[in-house]
Order: sequence, then structure tokens, then C-alpha cells
Amino acid sequence: MCTTCGCDAGASITYHAIDPAQQAAPHEHTHDHHHEHHHEHHHHDHPHEHGHHHHHHGDHAHSHHHEHAHDHSHTHSIQLEIDVLQHNNKLAERNRGYFEAKQILAINLVSSPGSGKTTLLEKTLVRLKDSMPCTVIEGDQQTMQDANRIAATGAKVVQINTGKGCHLDADMVNNALKQLKPADNSIVFIENVGNLVCPAMFDLGEQTRVVIASVTEGVDKPLKYPDMFHSAQLCIINKTDLLPYVPFDVAAFKANALKVNHHLQFIELSAYKEEGLEAWQEWLHNQLHVHHVHHH
Amino acid sequence: MHELSIVQSIVQIVTAEATAANSRQVDEVELDIGTMSGVELSAFHFAWSQAVKNTVMADAKPIINSIEGKAKCMMCDTTFLLDHYATPCPNCGSHFIDIQQGKELRVKAISVR
Repeated sequence: MCTTCGCDAGASITYHAIDPAQQAAPHEHTHDHHHEHHHEHHHHDHPHEHGHHHHHHGDHAHSHHHEHAHDHSHTHSIQLEIDVLQHNNKLAERNRGYFEAKQILAINLVSSPGSGKTTLLEKTLVRLKDSMPCTVIEGDQQTMQDANRIAATGAKVVQINTGKGCHLDADMVNNALKQLKPADNSIVFIENVGNLVCPAMFDLGEQTRVVIASVTEGVDKPLKYPDMFHSAQLCIINKTDLLPYVPFDVAAFKANALKVNHHLQFIELSAYKEEGLEAWQEWLHNQLHVHHVHHH
Repeated sequence: MHELSIVQSIVQIVTAEATAANSRQVDEVELDIGTMSGVELSAFHFAWSQAVKNTVMADAKPIINSIEGKAKCMMCDTTFLLDHYATPCPNCGSHFIDIQQGKELRVKAISVR
């Protein structure tokens, strides 16, 4: 689960980097550096320091231990007023500062499973290949499937396997960035775990959040999962090539989404058929401009 | 089940504060939880029962102050209560609203011994 909590003690979070530029065949060996993050703090190899006689004077060994054995029952209240998510939010701001300093556009892609996030990413990466350096952070509970698909486009990718975790958090993204080492003036796509509930609460430090819905879903999705649609800046309506075969009312869907988030923008496309991707590319270019990312 | 993450964060915060106060047991944890914070209370209580085991909060009782959602209409300035983002302004029916309250998720106080 998320590193702030470590809820499932058994299954740890793992990170796998694939850099197609460094590897002739990215599928062959996936470099399982499991990076369990046992950071071995406190190594302090000060060999000389130990000769220093630690001034142990004062033979009275400070034995007032204050055992308080007399009365353990009196309780007292401590006022805290601490935001439960403050740890994640602080880390997210660190990530955001990193992106800002390196003039990186970081995009958090969220959706329910199966809405086409990875397909959209694949097509986007191929299209941007010659104009914009892009790297990817992939979040999934299990498997390297998506990372392998992304690596096949030539983009460097770090797969985060969250184990039982239902969302990425800022700490995981922070760790992944250390392996990803994205270039200045580039785009980092973060594909979140497919889940319309949990990722909504966790700021990763992204500059913009894109929610993807597909026309095979119900038009009431934005009303059922308001937190996700409320926190996104752009909504992509994917799989429009299936519109003739499904009872999806685009206008009704948009109306529902706008009730939840009146700032929300929309792009309709079919990633699979590569229809409507120009509007998405234009939106990306506009975001590069807004976030002062230099591009060709 | 992000509620488990939420409760784990609470355990972390409370453990740190209780330790700083030289306390070994927490009796109560007072929380402000907005009705629009995204926390499902039944999932929260289930997660709580699992996450507090073997911590200073093992016997702690959660005291939850539920904070109702409040919004201001950006068209007609009406302030009103709501529990869903899609609730329109009761005065003019607009969805151009600014959420002012209801997303709280705070550890307000702890009672320790």
C-alpha cells in the first residue's frame, strides 16, 4: 500500500525502470532492482570520533527516571489540528518544486480500469517522439505489462507496483523520479492505478490532472465519483469510435461532469483508432506554454 | 479502500505526538472529517479496527466531528449547505459554486495518559 502507511506488511512496493535507450531489448531483462528502500540510514563511519572520551563525568547517573507509577490514570488532552494528508501534501509540493525547477510538465492520468489510459499514452508517445522528450511513471498493483507497452514506444518508464495499494502517492512518485531522471523541458506522464475513488485524494505534485472516461461507461460516472471529476482539469472521453454501438449520451455526460466541476474541459477521441488526437496534442502544447516548458 | 491509508496516516501522526508527550496510551482521537472529504465512514471504522492494533492507539476511541459541506454561489452569492459537488444553488439553480467547507480531514486533538 502507500508508503506513508505500509498497510500490507507482506507485499512491498517495487520499482522497475526500463530505459529503451540503454537496452537493445527492453522485454528481455527488466532489471529487477527491487529497490526496497532500506536506506541504511545512520551509517556514520566516523572512525576517529570514537577516541574522543565522551566526558562521562558526574558519577550520579541521573537516575531520576520519573516512573510515574503513582498515577497512570489521569489523562490530558493535546490540541493538534494536523491535516491527515499533510505528509503526502508536503512531499507532493517537493515533487512540484522539482518539476517547476526542471521545467517539466507532469500530468497525472486517472480513470477507472479499462478506460484506455495506456493505449492513449502509447499513441501520444509515438506522436510526440520527435518533438518532445517524454518519460512515464506507471502505477499498477501487479505486473510489468503496461511498462513494457510504454517501453516499446521508446520512452523511458518506471513501473511502480503498489502491491495491494489502490493509488499512487507522492512518496512513490518521488522514489520513481529518482530512477526516471527526466530531462529538463520534458513531459512526465504519471499513469495512476485504475481506480476512480482512491487516487482523487492524493496529490502527486502534478501540474495537471486528466481524468479519462470511455463511452462504454455510464453517463452518471461524474456524479457517482465526484471527487475524481472535481479534482481534474481535463476530461478525455475515449473510445468515441464505439458511439454508434453504445447508448452513451455525450452531452448528458458532459452536463453531469460540469455539475461537479464547472472548470472541466473536454476532449473526445478514440485512442485506439487515433481519431481526435490532434485536439489532445493541442491541449498538451497549450499546457507546455502555461507551465513554461520549452519545446520545439 | 484509501481509508486504510488515511487511518495509517492518523496512526503515524498520533504516535509521533503521543511519543513526544511521553504517553504510552491514547484514549481518544478527535477528528474533523468533512462530509465531502472523500472518506467513507464505514470503511474508515473497519480500517481503524485493523490499523490501530499494536500501536499506542490500540484502545483509542475515535471521536468524529462531522463537518457539513458549505458552498457559496458565484452567481448570486447565496451560501448554502450541500453534501455533493453536483448540488445546485437553491436560490438560482447555478452550478457555479465555490466549496467553502466540508473537505476537512484533520486530527484535531488527542487525549493521552
